[in-house]
Formats: sequence, C-alpha cells, structure tokens
Amino acid sequence: MRHLKILEYALSSLVRRRYKNLAIILVYAFTIAVLSSVLFLTHALKTEASLLLAEAPELIVQKVIGGRHDLVPVAYGEKIAAIPGVAAVVPRFWGYYYDALTKANYTLLAVESDPPALDMVQGRLPDGPGECAIGAGVSQSRNVGTGDDLILVDSENLGVSLEVVGVFRAESRLLTNDLVVLGRNDLTAFFGYPPDLATDISVAVRNPREVNTVAEKIKRILPHSRPISRSEILRTYAGVFNWRSGMMLSVFSAALIAFCILAWDKATGISAEEKREIGILKAIGWETSDILELKFWEGIAVSLTSLLLGLLAAYVHVFFLGATVLTPVIKGWSVIFPTFRLLPAVDFYQVLVIGFLTVTPYVASTVVPSWKAAITDPETAMRG
Amino acid sequence: MTKHRKFIALTLFLAAALGLLLGYGRSQVSARLAGELPPLQALVRTLQLTDLSLWTEARYTRHPSQADRFTPFQDFPAALEHFPAGSIIAPVLTLHPQP
Repeated sequence: MRHLKILEYALSSLVRRRYKNLAIILVYAFTIAVLSSVLFLTHALKTEASLLLAEAPELIVQKVIGGRHDLVPVAYGEKIAAIPGVAAVVPRFWGYYYDALTKANYTLLAVESDPPALDMVQGRLPDGPGECAIGAGVSQSRNVGTGDDLILVDSENLGVSLEVVGVFRAESRLLTNDLVVLGRNDLTAFFGYPPDLATDISVAVRNPREVNTVAEKIKRILPHSRPISRSEILRTYAGVFNWRSGMMLSVFSAALIAFCILAWDKATGISAEEKREIGILKAIGWETSDILELKFWEGIAVSLTSLLLGLLAAYVHVFFLGATVLTPVIKGWSVIFPTFRLLPAVDFYQVLVIGFLTVTPYVASTVVPSWKAAITDPETAMRG
Repeated sequence: MTKHRKFIALTLFLAAALGLLLGYGRSQVSARLAGELPPLQALVRTLQLTDLSLWTEARYTRHPSQADRFTPFQDFPAALEHFPAGSIIAPVLTLHPQP
C-alpha cells in the first residue's frame, strides 16, 4: 500500500511536468524502436537465410585464375566424381545480365531439361528452347507475365525473345526476385559460353561429415579450384547480419548514442526545482529511502512505457510494414529489391537485452542524482 | 489514488499487446515453417541456389557466399569499394572450414 502511494506521488510529479516527460517518452520510445527494428530485421533475415539455404548445394567448386572467378571445364566434374564419397556432380550454368532498359541486374540461371514441377512457380519451369521463368522483381520491372515475351540482348548484341512460361510466386521473392531461369542451351548461347565450360560445379557428398575432406581432396587434385561448402554459405549469412555489419554499426550505434545523450542529460544533475521538492519532502518527514523509491518509480514509469511502446512500434514496423523505414538504408543501388515479408522470428534474449540496456541505465540515471540531493540537509536543498 | 491504477492498466495493456504480437508471431512462424518452407526448400534444391536475392547491385553483393573478401577491391590495384551494400555486409567471420 505504501509503495502504491509513493507510485501515485511519482506519477503526480511526472504529470506536473507532463510536456517535458511526454517529449522524453516519445524520443526514448523512438530510439528503442530504431534499435529493436534493426535487431528484429537482422535476426529475421538470419533465420530465413539459415532455414532456406540449409538446402543449398553441399559443395560448390569454382575455378580461380589470377584471383578471379573463371569458367570451369566441365571435364573437372569427372575428376571430382572419381573421389570416394562423392554422390553426384552437376555443372551449373549461370551469369549476370545488366538490363539497360530498367537499369537493373538480373541473374540468369540454367535449369536442366525436364525440370520437376515446383509449387513456388505460377506456371512451370522452362522445358524447351526459347522459354524462361522469371522472378517477381523481373516480372514487375519489365511488366511481363506468363505467356508474354521477355526480350533480352545477348553477348552478340542481338535481341533474344524468350517466352515467359512461369513466374515465381511472391513468397519466394527473397530467393528468386531477380532470377531469369532458362534452358541450358539457351543460356550458353546467350552468354556465348564455350561448349566445354560451366560457371561452377555443384557436388553432392554422401556423408555430410566428409564434406571438408572431399573439399580438401578437390583442392589437392585441382589446384586452381576453390571449393565452397554449404556450412561456409550459412556462415556467410550468419556473418552478413551480425553486430559488426554496417547496418548494425551505423543505425544501431547512432540510436544507442542518442539514448546515451538522453540518459547522460538525466544523470548529470537535477533541476533546482526538483532539488527544492526533495528538500521539502525530507523536511516533512520522508526518509532518504522513500525519496529514492519515488525517483525509482519515476524512472520505471517513463522507461517501461517507452520500452513497451518502442518494442510494439518496432514489431509493427518490421513484420507488418516490411521494415519500410530501414529499406532505403539497406537497399543501396539495387534497382530490384524484394519487398520484405519476413518470418516474425523474434529472439526473446534480444528483447531482454534491449530492456536491460535501456531501462536499467535510465532508472539509474534518475535515482543516482536524486540520492545526492536526498542526503543533503533539507534546508540547504530547499535554498537550492 | 487513480493515477497508479491508470498507469498499471496502461502497462498491462501494452505488455499484453506485445505478448499477443509475439505469440501471434510464433504461430505465424510455425504455420509458415509447415506450409511455405518445404516448397521454398524444394526450390533451393532444384535450382541449386546459394544466396538470397537481396542486393542486386554488384556480383559480390548478389552472391556474397560465392565471392572472395577482396572481390570489391579487385577492379584495379588499390580500387575503392563503392557499392552501398558493400558497407552493409559484414566480412565473413572465418574463411577456414570448421573441422
């Protein structure tokens, strides 16, 4: 009961300076919303990448010449297939295409003949010459759909007309947004690849524990090669969005600095009016512990309200509005950029960390200066 | 004695709203993992995809897992990395495969 009365007084005290405290709550909540948005977005993307790319090829073998990725001879596949433990070897044919019309980059990818039906394709994958399936981003930027023709300019500077037989569903945007999938012969003719060369080679290994051993053997047999394992792919995406990433360092640290300024402003002293109020309370019989509890409740009222409002705003921003405020920050120069429909995977540990990092310093910076005022003589405190 | 009741009510309301959102999110995750994940994984398997289609501005931002760490700087000696997404992407934690 006594605590509730002190809380009541603390709230009355806050209401007396309502506009100042409202401004603090708004700035504080906005700072927490920015911090939480970055954390929610990066965690969701990391989760999505780890789930989707768990089915990526176990091993990709590139050829590197002079430190640059080069086309790999298809004959390398036979040498790799002879390594014990290798289950399958498939050359991959793909490349990049700059579309001068939309100023966007597309990824052109070959699919083997007689491809399986995929739920994520409206229509079907190409199964003959002159056919293609496109991502939702390509479909939007070129305004073409199933049954339309997609005209691209090949390596000979000639226009190539491809019939769109499938469009990847919006749910797969994060994987297929810029893809143009076509038959192998169409792709090699389009890029002018020599007949015995592929972009890289995908290797399936029977025993997952042997992937690194197989990679070492490939490196030994083919010194020009660079094997990339699935675990390295997954580790790349764990690293892309970790705390050292540019997005985290720029947006996160800016918001954290703003919060530190807010807390520092509170911690570096209390106004003469607040000192006089503490002096009066001491003079009428309040204990130092009561003063500290009063200030504790004031800090909790402001910081807890701000924390909850900030977390709610961040959740709505990232998972309902597709992180629209952060999109320009991470989009860069990408002309085709997927609209986020993120998996609302929230790490509760992160929520607790945000709470601890924001509420504790604010409450401390409210209580500590008040303690200094509360232990001074009431008369001195009232005189200011 | 009404202010503290209003404050406690507001705090409980906000906490309940956040709890509901997080609970709804968890159910969405379960539903999407059961419904959408298998077809998406089949897509990755069939097309042998290695990367997310996030940044399409440069080769090494479109396929960060397939690029070397020095790729942004290899256009010519002492070349500067100039794509915005390059400053968003963190360097890979380690280039050595785990045993």
